[in-house]
Amino acid sequence: MARFHVEVLAETLDPAAWLGEIAPSEDTGALASFIGLCRGDGGRLEALELEHYPGMAEAKMAEIAQQALERWPLFGLIAVHRSGLVQVGEPIVLVAAGSAHRDAAFDAVRFMMDFLKTDAPFWKREHLKGGSAGPWVEANAKDDAARERWH
Amino acid sequence: MKLKYFAWVRERIGVAEEEIALPDGVGTAGELIAFLKARGEGYAHALERDRFIRVAADHEHIGHDVSIRDAREVALFPPMTGG
Repeated sequence: MARFHVEVLAETLDPAAWLGEIAPSEDTGALASFIGLCRGDGGRLEALELEHYPGMAEAKMAEIAQQALERWPLFGLIAVHRSGLVQVGEPIVLVAAGSAHRDAAFDAVRFMMDFLKTDAPFWKREHLKGGSAGPWVEANAKDDAARERWH
Repeated sequence: MKLKYFAWVRERIGVAEEEIALPDGVGTAGELIAFLKARGEGYAHALERDRFIRVAADHEHIGHDVSIRDAREVALFPPMTGG
């Protein structure tokens, strides 16, 4: 079984440093990655605050990673997710997968993201420009639909 | 049993976690929610859209019709919005 690594980070997520964690083997021909960023929403937001359920968040991330490893021939898989305050422009999540060919790597990353959205216990709250804490982000029905296509 | 609350459920109830003795007659996650709703204004507000509330028993997502009697830790929270 290929190795995987999942982690919840309280501090800055540096994608380049984490991508180096998937040490490509001689047989790795494809490395796909996805980085989710905090967007400003047209100047409205200053940051997003990420709350998570310690213990369960890591367990769910590991479970989803295991499912991806059973489904595609991967040489490595990482999923790193921020907690705490994430400023506009900063990464919230990084998922990366290495495989012999691009289809498995792309699919595994997309699968991992779709399940992270709906199954991993994280919640976002908006922090508005000017510093006041705004509303909690509402769940998106599109995310449930995205998860369903893998069944 | 340890109860944990997250995001706006936590804010409305006013505590992040608490210990409760599960009364007889509270067997499922749905019955736990109904029991908590009657405990006060904060609980009632947090759990008013009760079908919307997600439940995890010992770190596993469960439906409202599933028993929580053997769980050590039960968490109540809104639909997740990570990623």
